[in-house]
Order: sequence, then structure tokens, then C-alpha cells
Amino acid sequence: MAEGHPLSATLQLASFVGEFADALDFLFHERESVSGQTEIGGSELFHLTGNHLALSAASVGLAALIAVPLGLVLGHYGKGEFAAINASNVGRAIPTLVLLAVFVAYLGIGFVPIMLSLALLALPPILTNTYVGTRQVERDSVDAARGMGMTDAQLISRVELPLALPIIFAGVRVAGINVVATATIAPLGSVDSLGTPIIAANVYGRDGRLGAAIAVTVLTLALSAGLAALQRAVTPRGLKLAPTRSRRHRLLTPLRRRAEATP
Amino acid sequence: MSPPNTDSEEGSVSGGNVAATLEFREATKRYPGQDEPAVDHLSLEVPAGEICVFVGPSGCGKTTAMRMVNRMIDITEGDILLDGTSVRERRPAELRRQIGYAIQQIGLFPHLTIADNIATVPKLLGWPKDRIDSRVDELLELVSLDPHETRSRYPAQLSGGQRQRVGVARALAVDPPLMLMDEPFGAIDPINRERLQNEFLRLQQEIRKTVVFVTHDIDEAIKMGDKIAVLQKGGTLAQFASPAELLAYPKGKFVEDFVGADRALKRLALQRVRDVDLWKAPLAREGEPVQGLRAKISDADIDIPLLVDDAGRPQGWLSKRAMSGERVTKDLRSPAHPVVELDDILRDALSDLLESEAQYGPVVDEHGRVQGVLSLEVLAHALQIPPDQVPSGADAAPAH
Amino acid sequence: MLLAQIQFEQRKGDTCESENGFCPSWIGDNFERYVDPFWQHVFLTVTAVVLGFVIAFALALLAHRKRWLIPPISVTSQVLYGIPSVALFLLLLPATGRGNTTALIALVSYTLVFVFVNVSTGLDGVPEDSIDAARGMGLTENQLLWRVEVPLALPEIFAGLRIATTTTVGLAALAFFAGAGGLGEPIYRDIGFKSNVAVAGGLCVLLAAVLDLAILHAQRMLTPWRRATP
Repeated sequence: MAEGHPLSATLQLASFVGEFADALDFLFHERESVSGQTEIGGSELFHLTGNHLALSAASVGLAALIAVPLGLVLGHYGKGEFAAINASNVGRAIPTLVLLAVFVAYLGIGFVPIMLSLALLALPPILTNTYVGTRQVERDSVDAARGMGMTDAQLISRVELPLALPIIFAGVRVAGINVVATATIAPLGSVDSLGTPIIAANVYGRDGRLGAAIAVTVLTLALSAGLAALQRAVTPRGLKLAPTRSRRHRLLTPLRRRAEATP
Repeated sequence: MSPPNTDSEEGSVSGGNVAATLEFREATKRYPGQDEPAVDHLSLEVPAGEICVFVGPSGCGKTTAMRMVNRMIDITEGDILLDGTSVRERRPAELRRQIGYAIQQIGLFPHLTIADNIATVPKLLGWPKDRIDSRVDELLELVSLDPHETRSRYPAQLSGGQRQRVGVARALAVDPPLMLMDEPFGAIDPINRERLQNEFLRLQQEIRKTVVFVTHDIDEAIKMGDKIAVLQKGGTLAQFASPAELLAYPKGKFVEDFVGADRALKRLALQRVRDVDLWKAPLAREGEPVQGLRAKISDADIDIPLLVDDAGRPQGWLSKRAMSGERVTKDLRSPAHPVVELDDILRDALSDLLESEAQYGPVVDEHGRVQGVLSLEVLAHALQIPPDQVPSGADAAPAH
Repeated sequence: MLLAQIQFEQRKGDTCESENGFCPSWIGDNFERYVDPFWQHVFLTVTAVVLGFVIAFALALLAHRKRWLIPPISVTSQVLYGIPSVALFLLLLPATGRGNTTALIALVSYTLVFVFVNVSTGLDGVPEDSIDAARGMGLTENQLLWRVEVPLALPEIFAGLRIATTTTVGLAALAFFAGAGGLGEPIYRDIGFKSNVAVAGGLCVLLAAVLDLAILHAQRMLTPWRRATP
């Protein structure tokens, strides 16, 4: 068929649409696997999505459990600024595939090594944001709190943590999105996720591959929107009322914070 | 030293805690790696219930000296005694909860409501909820804020002046015997600063706290202080005196320069119209017999009669023609302008007289009744009152 | 339900290799098999960053003049960035086929957000008095942009470029899903072999570090006033 022929373009479009239609069919209806032994697609996606989210939640949870207290303490005492700030830069320089591969090669396959590698991926943005969030609390509020007789622990829990919460949560959001995106390649370590149809293409075929890609995209974007809403919810009311800078800045600020963390 | 207008009230703000005495004993702060100490052997005593102002140029150690009291900065040498007990023997957090603390940038917690901000220290001390609630309302009223309107608002929703009031209320929350105030009105525009200063002085008349007040503004120091400690570079005490004494006898060139060339005029800011001997004016009412008025004139310091209405409010200065008949007629030579109030400070009264190009003006009380006449001569005389007879700080505050 | 099957390549040789260990001798013997993927990785990264920078910079300049463009552009670039890279490679395959085109489209779209946001905030952060002084001296809007605003925004612009570059190095490691090779391919093929992961992974990190330092150096050269101390 000649280049640029209208028929050729139409056919290409038809095959393009067809591929997506087949992929969507994979998502909504069970079918036999390529090798013909098992049921794939359709309701199996619930299992894969559940596993994907459980793995991601465990990883981000572990990372937050370490990074938030560490960031708060470092930020409170103003120690370790260089490390806390550069954690994100270093984290960004290590490709997610490499991180995961190092854990698989050196610790082995299975849930724990994969979860640890994803937790390590989630750690830097949460640590950096917690540190920055704690440091950006108005020095006057901190001075007043001390002057009124708050102990270090009270100062952290009653003043610094609540005021840093929106920024901490921005870090958790970035980490969460990264981890959910990266959990797509978790099957490389023999842990099932929505990436299973992508990695095990010999079982799931082209439709499974594209269908899983669609599912992962929808999941990530929905999660991103959900976490953004949650971030607004954890922002103390008194902070929302504070005079904001221009509309422009409001639009740009979350992006900027995001840019500080590992994608 | 119980305040006259609150001692009988139930739950009065000066409640159980009386004011504390504060004594600096050779208190010194040295920072490692610096040759000069930040505060150098500072010794002074602040009696209970008085406002002591630390004033001086930047870098004189005034804030450092204040922050040593609640151990926000640790003392290197010497001691500070609060009610006779060394602050060094107290745990910092516990000590600070008993000392009110208000700073220039206020440091309100943006994530907490006004009520929760004020309740910070009561909560640290574990007060029951209903006690905290009633205390918050009481404090808001004390600083002239409407509790219902203000309680559940956030700092971002208040104006600068309102926030400053909340800062003061928060510092007063547990009725501390001592307040530390670091340029508390420094970030406020001049008009609101003056209003807040007056409000605080009025408040101090009620609560009679011991206050350490830091400022770099000599006018504020003169206005607010019972005693003023002038500090100079190197953290040494240049002079510790009452405002009037400081203005009358500044010690050395540094204090003289710092106080300024207009110190005689500044003294007028210390006295109120009610503090000086006013002239007696012949008061006339419309229709009263001229005969009687003539007798009053011979008895007065001024020979022009002042017409007043039935309530005793000034109407104007009478002309000669008003007394030409049997009875006094309303025939004015000039309006009763300017009218000065007993609570006005002399500096403002002088300014009013000069502005109206008048030699004298009637003085009225809070009901507008004539109490006497203030003249330029009376003002000139006021400048010769010896400093120990000039009231200061909170004492000069207008009465209710 | 089916567990993903991981293929471990069988290697003949000494015990170190058959046990998937870290074997310096194997690395020495087989290093040349990483050379082509490495250069492909460099090609993907540099091309994507250059294209992405040009596009995002142009968009940011446009949005600097026409402010209403900022929300749609930033939201679009944010959504693009939010799509997991593996998924985006696969989603593009039906339209653009396997190869560099698909990989570059995806990688370029990921760089947009960093460069656009940083150029925008950089231009916004130029002190008003500098702009006012420049206008007062008679600079045209174009002269103002290129002689005052862009130079003063350079630190922010470079920060965005650095983030975009290190990120792209990482994302290019997944470009093999689009059939464009790169250092991810050998990692993926033999993920259990320590030597393999160490070499390919190490090269990735090294590339990110070298490119980052190079850009940092360029920034220092271009913004001498930042080093000036009174």
C-alpha cells in the first residue's frame, strides 16, 4: 500500500483502535491464557490491583515510618541538612529499575526484597519534605512555643508536625505515585502486580500487555488525584486561610515541591 | 499593691498570682569566640508590679538580657532571681510556663484557633477544659476583643493589631507573676501602636504584673516604663532610673545623646493635664446675675469668664458686652477652643494650644464638665517640677 | 492465577558465574557487551533532554507573555508526568511502533514538567526593581527578556534542567519496553546476576552523575555573579 494513501491511514487507525478495544476487552472479560492453561483477564485484575496496592502501601508505610520521625527530629534540631536535602537528589540519580534489580540480585526474589527496594525509593522524598516542612515553620512560632515552656517533644508534636503536615504529605504523595508506578515492574522479583501481564507477555499476550498498561495508568492518575484531595484535607484550616500568593504561585507550588523529590 | 478597681471582683484577672520581684545580680552572657560579652555584669532590681524597660541601640544586649530571665539564653556568670529564687535552679520548660512571653513577631500558631492559641500554656499545665474556656473568654475581653467573634477564628483572619492583642492575652493566660515583652508593638503602624500602648498601660493598672519590656525606641521606653534601664554596646548598664529622672539628669554623653536634645519636651509626655495645678476660671451661666460673676472673676486666675451650659460644658469665652446688663447674655468673644481633657498628656495639650494659636483653653473631665484652664504658663511651670514628683509609666495612664 | 515467570539465564563457567555472583573476571571479559546499550542510553537521554528543554522553554516563554496559558500547560505536563513510564511506552506502541520514536516521545513528555515549572518560577522570581530599572533605561520587551529576565532566572532554569536530566537517565532504563534498548535491557534480561546488575546499574548511576556535574559546571560558567562575594 502506498505511503500517504487515505485507505492506508484509515486501516492504520482501525488497527490502532482495534488494539485498544482488544485491550479493554481483556480488562473486562476473562479469557484463556496464550498457552491455554489458565483463565486470565477480567476479574483477575482485582487480584492484581489488590496486590499492587498492598505492596505499594506496605512500602510507603515503611518508608514513612522511618522518614517522618527522622525528618522531624533532624528538622527540629536543624541537624543533617545536607543529607536530608540531598537525599532526594541522590535518590533521583538511581534509576528505579537499577534499585529494584540490585535488591533482586543481592537479596533475592519475593515480597520482602521488592518491598524494601520500593521503600528505599519512597524514603528520600518523604525525608526531604519532612525536613523542609519542619524547618519552614515560622521561627517566631517556635520561639514563642519555647518561651511558653514547651519541651522539645511537645514542640515537635504540637507545633512543628501539624504545621509541616501539608508538606510532609506532599512528599508522601510523590513517594506514593512513584512507588505505584514502579510496582509495575515488581513481577521482575516474582511479586504479582498490575505489571504481571506486562512482564509475563508470553502468558498474557499483546492484549494483556496493553490492557495492563491502561489499568496502571488509570490507577496512578486516580491515586494522584485522590492523594491530592487528601493533602488538602490534612492541611490545617488556619493555614488554608493564610493569605496565599498569586494564583500563579498556587498553581506552581505543588509542582515545585514535587520537582524536589524523586520521580 | 492590689489594683483598686479589680480587687473585689470575682475571678479577677490578678487572681491568685501576685507579681514577682526580679533581680539581676551581675548577670553576664558571653558567647564562645566573642571578645566582648553580650551582657556584662548587669545588676538591677525590678520591684513587683512595675514595668522595667530595657532600652538601647541594636547590639546592646537588651534582648539577650531579657531572654536570660526565662532561660531562653543561659546565663554565663552571675544570677537572676525571681522572687528571691535563682532561675538557674529551675527546669527551663517549667520556669517558662510561669513567665508570660510576648515577642514582636507574636509567633501565633497559624494552625490553631485564637482560643487554642491562648490556651497553649493552660493546656501544658493540664487545666480542666471548662476552666480553660472561661479563662480564654476572660482574657479576650481583657484585651478588648469580642470572645464570641474571635474564639474560633484563625490568626490569618485577624488584623495586625488584633493579633498583637491575642499575643498579649496568650502571654497572660496563666496569670504569670512576670511578663517578658520583646518589642511587642514594634511591627505595628504608629497609630495602632499608640492605641496598643495605651491599652496595655490601662491593662497594667488592673493586673499590676512585673514586666520586662524591651524596645529600641526611647519614646516608647519613656511612655511605658516605671523604670528604664539604658544599655549600651558591650551589654553594660548606662543608667537605671525613672523616666523623669532619666530626662532631667541623663548620666553621661551616651545617655544624653540617646535620650535626645528634646528631652525637656519629652518630659511633657510623662505628665497628664490632671497632674498639674490648673488655673481657676470664672464660670458663667446664661442669665445669672452679673454681680455674682464679677465676684468670681476677682477670685479667679484669669479675668475672662467662661460660659458653660447647664451640664457644666464649656460654650465659649464671654465678651465685655455680655456683662453690660443686669444678667449675663450669651455674647461670645471667642469659642471655647481648644478643649483639653484631664487625661491628655501635656505634650498633646501644648500642641493643641499652639495649633489653635491660643494662650489657654478650658480643661474638661470625662463628662465634659469644665475643671479648670490650662495655659502656656501652667505648662512652663510643669517643666520645673522635680523629677521625683513626676509620675511615670503605668501611673500616668489615663484612668477609666 | 499465575506467578510471573522470571527467566534466569544459564551461564557456563566457574562457580561465581553459575551462582550469579559478583565476578570481576567475568565483568572484565564481558564489558564490551554493555558499550552499545550505554551509548544508546546516552543518545536517548541527551536527545530527550534537549528536545524537552527546547519545547518546555518555548512554552514557558510563551506563557510568560500570555499568562492564561500557564494553567493548561502545567496541568497537561503534570498529567503526562503522572503516567507510569512503563505504561506510557506500551500505550504509545500501537501508534508509533517499537523503537526510538516511541521512547523519545515518552521521555520528552516527562522532561516538560520540570523545565516548564522552573523556567516559569525563575522568570517570575526576577526582582521587580531590576525589571523596572531595565524598562526605565529603555529596553524593549525582547531585550528585557533576554538581557535581564532570562539571565537572572538561570539558576532556577538550570535546577530544572538538572532534575530533568537525572530523571531521564532513570526513565531511559525502562525504554527497552518501547524497543529502544538502553542499559535497562541487559538488567531486565538477567536480573538475578549480581555482576550484570552491578555493571549496568553502575553505568546508569555514573551517567546520571556525570551529566549532572556537567550541567552544574555549565551553570557556574554562565552565572559568574553567583560566585561573587563582597
